[in-house]
This record gives sequence, C-alpha cells and structure tokens, in this order.
Amino acid sequence: MDKSKNQKVKFIIGLTLVGIIFLMMIAGIFCTPYDPLAMDMSAKFAGVSFKHIMGCDNFGRDIFSRVLVGVRETMFVSATVVFIGTFVGIIIGTVTGYFGGWVDEILMRINDAVLAFPSVLLALLVIGVLGGGTHSLIIALGIAFVPSFARIVRGEVLRIRNLDYIQCVRLYGASHLRIIVVHILPNLRTVLLSSVLIGFNNAVLAEAGMNYLGMGTQPPNPSLGLMLSEAQSVIFTNPWNAIFPGLVIVMMILGFSLLSDAMENKS
Amino acid sequence: MSMLKVEDLCIKVHDKKTTDTLVYDVDLEMEKGDILGIVGESGSGKTMTALAIAGLLSRHDMEKSGHITFEGINLLEVERKVLRKIQGNEISMVFQEPLNSLNPLKKVGWQVEESLRVHTVMDKAEMKERAIQALRDVELDNPEAVYNSYPHELSGGMRQRAMIAAAMIIQPRLLIADEPTTALDVTIQAEIVELLKRINKERGTAILFISHDLSLVNSLCERVLVMQNGLVVESGNCEEIFRNPRQEYTKKLINAIPKNPFFKEA
Ligand SMILES: Nc1ncnc2c1ncn2[C@@H]1O[C@H](COP(=O)(O)OP(=O)(O)OP(=O)(O)O)[C@@H](O)[C@H]1O
Ligand SMILES: [Mg+2]
Repeated sequence: MDKSKNQKVKFIIGLTLVGIIFLMMIAGIFCTPYDPLAMDMSAKFAGVSFKHIMGCDNFGRDIFSRVLVGVRETMFVSATVVFIGTFVGIIIGTVTGYFGGWVDEILMRINDAVLAFPSVLLALLVIGVLGGGTHSLIIALGIAFVPSFARIVRGEVLRIRNLDYIQCVRLYGASHLRIIVVHILPNLRTVLLSSVLIGFNNAVLAEAGMNYLGMGTQPPNPSLGLMLSEAQSVIFTNPWNAIFPGLVIVMMILGFSLLSDAMENKS
Repeated sequence: MSMLKVEDLCIKVHDKKTTDTLVYDVDLEMEKGDILGIVGESGSGKTMTALAIAGLLSRHDMEKSGHITFEGINLLEVERKVLRKIQGNEISMVFQEPLNSLNPLKKVGWQVEESLRVHTVMDKAEMKERAIQALRDVELDNPEAVYNSYPHELSGGMRQRAMIAAAMIIQPRLLIADEPTTALDVTIQAEIVELLKRINKERGTAILFISHDLSLVNSLCERVLVMQNGLVVESGNCEEIFRNPRQEYTKKLINAIPKNPFFKEA
C-alpha cells in the first residue's frame, strides 16, 4: 500500500521531468529564442533576466537557447547509442545464446574483454582512432554499450531456448531462423524494456561526460557537457553558466531513472 | 521391420573435464500402434532417451552412440534436412510441464497450427478448421474459445490437452509423452490417460509413455521398461512385472505408488 503510493509519486515526478525534457528537446529542434551560436558582446555574462532567462555566457550567447540545443543533442546521441547497443546486442546475444558452441565461446570472450574495459577508456580509444565529433562519439559509446546488452540478451535467450515450447517447435521441424525470429525474439521484450531505460540513462551520463572532456561536440556548437566545462573557469563569478546546464543534466538522469524504477517495480 | 528400433543407445555429456554417461545401452523396439511405457525415478534418464529418439538433443556437448532406427532410417546419422522432415511428420512429443510447453505470448490456436505452418502450404481458414478439429478431438469443451485464448487463461489439464492437440494435428506415427500427467491432479491424470488410450485405438498412433508412476503405466501400456541411473534394469509385460517384479528397485517403485481409487489394483 505504502509502497505502491511511493511508486506512484516516483512515476509522476519522473514523468513530469521527462515531459519537461521532451518539451525542451522539441524547442531545441524547431525554435530557440536566440540563435545558439550568435555572439552579442554587449550581453557578455549577462545575468538572468526576462530577455535571457538563463543569462549569457562569455561570448554573450543565450544560455537558454544553447541548453535547448544541448538537450536535443544529448537526446539524439543517447537514443542512437542505445539503439546501436540494443540492435547489435540482440544480434550477438541471440547468436551466442541460441547456437552456443565455439561461436559463443569466442564472442563472449571478446564481450567480456570489452566489458572489463572501463567504458570511458574504451570510448577515448575509439575517438582517438576516429577523431572527435558527434559521429565518433556515437560510434564510441555505441561500442561501449553493446556488451552489456549482448550479455542480457544471451542470458534470456539461453533460458528461453531450453523451455519446452521451443523444443516443441524444434520438433515440428521449424528452421533456426523461424525459431529465433518468431518464437524467441518477441519474448525478449520485457527484459529489453527495462534495460533500454537504464541504458538510456547511462548513455545520457556518458554523453555529458565525454562532452565535458571535449570528446564529442566541437565548439562553438553547444552541448550540455561542453557548457559545463566552459563554465568551469567562471564558476564563482558567473555561477549560472554552470548551474543551468548542470540542472538540466540532473533533471534528465533523475527523470529517466525514476521512470524506469517505477516501471520495473510495476511489472 | 519394426517401426522404431533403438539399439545400444548411449548418451554421454562432455563437460570441461569429465565425461558423464547419462544413458547406457538402452534397447527398445516398437511396432506401429504399440504403447510402450518407460518408468524410473527422477534422473534415471527417461527424458534423455525420449529426446534422443525425437532428435532433440543438442549436438555440441552430447555424444550419442548406437542406433535409433525409425522406419529404416538411422536418426543419429541422417542429415538435418531429412531429420526435420521425419520429426515434423512422423514423431510428436508432449512434455511434462504444461506451463512451459506453450509460449505465453501467443494464442493457443496459433500454436496448435504451428506445425502445419512449418510443413504445409495451407490457407488460414483451412488451418483454423484443422486446429479446431484437433482441439475438439482432445475433448476440449469449447474448442473455439480455447483457440482464441492465451495459455495463462487455461487450466493445467486444458493446456495439456491443447498440447496433445498440437502434437496430434500432423497425425504422427509416434507420440512421445514425457510425464504428461505429472503436473496434474489425479482425476485429470486419469482423463488424460483415457484420452491417450483413445487416440491410440482410433488412430493407431504408437505411444511412448514416460512416467515415474508404475500404476499409470500399468493402466495404459502393455510393455514397460524400468530404468535406473541410465540403465534398463527390467523390461517386459507390464502386468507381469507389476505382479512379479524381479528387481528390488522395481519393487520399490511399486511400493511407492499411492493407493489410488481411480486405477485397478494389480
Ligand atoms: N543438459 C544436461 N547436461 C548434463 N546432464 C544432464 C543434462 N540434462 C539432464 N542431465 C542429467 O541427466 C540425467 C538424466 O536426466 P533425465 O532428465 O533423463 O531424467 P528423467 O528420468 O527424465 O527424470 P525426471 O523424472 O525428473 O524427469 C540426470 O542425472 C540429469 O542430471
Ligand atoms: Mg524427465
């Protein structure tokens, strides 16, 4: 009783935060109050006002506009990263879990090796090879996200393939492809839903972190992580330069984790 | 030539280091329309034997030796394409757990049709007709409703009947029933056994009936194999073994039978 009420509160707060983030993303796609790249030296370090509701940065650029575009960027990168991770993870996890044998042995060894590597280091390595920029960031984080998904999918496929109904279908003489696509993949959805939500959260954090390190979006284009690192030098004199991007990152993480938490406990 | 002949069947698992023999030198023979029982305690290798006959043991870590000859074809050596054809057309299997033997996400009717979908080109209406007929044949009261329901909406007994319908829809020559009644209560057990008997009589389907309950086997089968630790310790006429067991182990199995008003005492 108490617990379900708790879940409800979590769900509502999570949904509100995620809703706000989505509105910001849509604004970031279609219209921002100012051009996020336009410099206006007369507004350098302008404070919070009706004109600039989050103030301006050291080049006089409107922080609110830049945050909106940053949210759009983060959402896009995170969604793509999770998509790559899930997609490749499903393929690897299904093949290894279903067929087993030496394919499983080899792929899972590689998987473990990648998993054991800190993902930030791995991403740095990939970016070192490919060079900076959003595309390399997506590829780098995508690679870093594959192993955990592959592992989850493999475990679930392994469990399902030994259930009697798969044995029955095998006995009917169905092909491997049919068994996998028609009989196994649809049954992964519950497991995948929660790991996608958690993965998305991690992706947001990773994206912000990589951008903070300057490994993704290249200036002058805005991203939340980049704005944080740019604001670092003026944090005592103009704290809002850091506070607003930071606040938005917190809102994203909190919103999605509350939501995934509430959903997971519900199902 | 008999329909199914198993000779010297051995099944070994290779673990990382050790090799375990799960089934050791099993011989059995079935004619068309036979009902053969296999009894034995849990872990005695009954399911392994059945899966090997059905061609369902995965190929990597299991080593199978001996011969399993079905209609003159050695199932252990035949290529996968032929095996799949035989599997789908001639041999069917019903499993122990009616909960796990149906996909929770798919409607029962769809699952009953699956082997038709795999093997034949048939339009939807015809397939549905066949499926509903199959569900009616296993004495389900409202086949249309069952056709359109999900597994969790059915009772264990109904699920098991639906499984039998799915297994029988292709009119196999051999039906392997691996403890099909273990998860059910006694009344339903008796009904399922009656159903299997009727299927055998009316359609001439041979049934390999696996159970750890000798009284069930006795009420259904003429011949029986008694298995222990992967070995066949006793085999022959069911009534005879029941009345006059030679092995200590078989006596134990008989003594383990709970007194059950639904079956005649031997
Ligand atoms: N995949 C496997 N790998 C290794 N050993 C296995 C495997 N599956 C089963 N076994 C072992 O094989 C033996 C025989 O198992 P089997 O399932 O044939 O027993 P059973 O007679 O059907 O028992 P039950 O009445 O419980 O169904 C058991 O000792 C079991 O531990
Ligand atoms: Mg068994």
